[in-house]
Amino acid sequence: MNLLDKLDAAATARKALLPDGVGAFGIPIEEIYSSTEARIGERRILLLGTNNYLGLSFAPECLQAAHEAIDKEGTGTTGSRMANGSYLGHRALEQEFADFYQCHASIVFTTGYQANLGTISGLVGPGDVVLIDSDSHASIYDGCTLSGADIIRFRHNDATDLEKRLRRLGERAQNTLIITEGIYSMLGDQAPLADIVDIKKQYNSILLLDEAHSLGVLGDTGQGLVEKTGLINEVDFITGTFSKSLCSIGGFCVSNHPQLDQLRYISHPYIFTASPSPSTIASTRAALKLLRNGKHLRRQLWNNAEQLYTKLSKTGYQLGPEPGPIIAATVNSPQGALALWNGLLEHNIYVNLILPPAAPENKSLVRCSINAAHTPEQISYVGQVFAKLYNSILE
Amino acid sequence: MSDNSYNEILQLLCNRLENISNTDIAITPDLSLIDQLSIDSIKLLNLIMEIEDTFDISVPINALADVQTVSDLASLIHRIKTESS
Repeated sequence: MNLLDKLDAAATARKALLPDGVGAFGIPIEEIYSSTEARIGERRILLLGTNNYLGLSFAPECLQAAHEAIDKEGTGTTGSRMANGSYLGHRALEQEFADFYQCHASIVFTTGYQANLGTISGLVGPGDVVLIDSDSHASIYDGCTLSGADIIRFRHNDATDLEKRLRRLGERAQNTLIITEGIYSMLGDQAPLADIVDIKKQYNSILLLDEAHSLGVLGDTGQGLVEKTGLINEVDFITGTFSKSLCSIGGFCVSNHPQLDQLRYISHPYIFTASPSPSTIASTRAALKLLRNGKHLRRQLWNNAEQLYTKLSKTGYQLGPEPGPIIAATVNSPQGALALWNGLLEHNIYVNLILPPAAPENKSLVRCSINAAHTPEQISYVGQVFAKLYNSILE
Repeated sequence: MSDNSYNEILQLLCNRLENISNTDIAITPDLSLIDQLSIDSIKLLNLIMEIEDTFDISVPINALADVQTVSDLASLIHRIKTESS
């Protein structure tokens, strides 16, 4: 099989799951009306698959900041910070993230994916060990692979399993980086952080927590799971993304370890890429302020999440273990999931379709992400459509 | 399992693969895990966790880069088990 044959084989496998003409992945969106609605084809569609948790994508403060930055500093930085320098905005945003987490320092990356790639591959290398949750995001797997460290998986959200695997490592446990996530993107469940912290301390390991889906969502000021659990001082490194609650693109790592700054000189995903554009940085800074003061947004988000979780659960859907801004219905077959996804779209609701092997346990998922700007009426409508489709498709 | 010899490891693997493979093919050492037994990446990674627990060893998943066949996997486990004892 030559290189191109391999791609043909991948295309065949994809077509077996998704027939031609079904645009579940990369659906064409013609026009965006707001953080909750868009035009797909000729229809006005309710968006429930965008990770736009706080609904800030059209916040006037963010739009204005981005407009001003683009007028003042141009459309792009045209290179890396190491070569082209660090703009005032880059440095200010790093200071603001450090202040937000009351940490020694932070580093801003160009994407959330690169934040994990750059942090992990900077922290560990050949001879070290990374212990990762089996449901980790691809950016964590890829960062570990890039590092050259030995990669060991522990069972999802199972602190006892983590402890067992650390114990097996013997003295190597103290050169081990444990990685977990605040909220997991597939089922929306939260890590048992207190138990993981206890184990990390027992074995003198280092802990990295990815707050990609929990930033803005958990905690009084939206720091994430570290704030909800009061464990911010027990986590060594926190990474996250700007592309969800902050509605731009980019990522960050914060830490109290002074060695964090060395990542700027050894981490390829930081060094060998263009730095975030001025408008991106400006809108992120504005969104971070709104996020920190967004208690009312979090309240609305959780009200919406609990309303939909309760409705779907009562209908009979098999959901993740706890309510949250990610609500995923597990469907036993890809065909069933596709029918449900299509049915929702026919009722003008866009959600995410996740097929094997991307979903845990080789199941298929129809996943909703909730937005603070969804109205109670919109959430109620989504619940009604899910109930109708359960009866007609899944029963 | 007494001494976890290569053959014992191979036998255990064949038994386990019979349960998780979607094919009716009889499991033999020379079969490719992915192409012939349709073991996708997630199934393989989950199998590795089971193997780690069965033999009380750590199997880094990056070591799987060189594993193509059932016997490759048995050799890897045997090597790690021997080095750890």
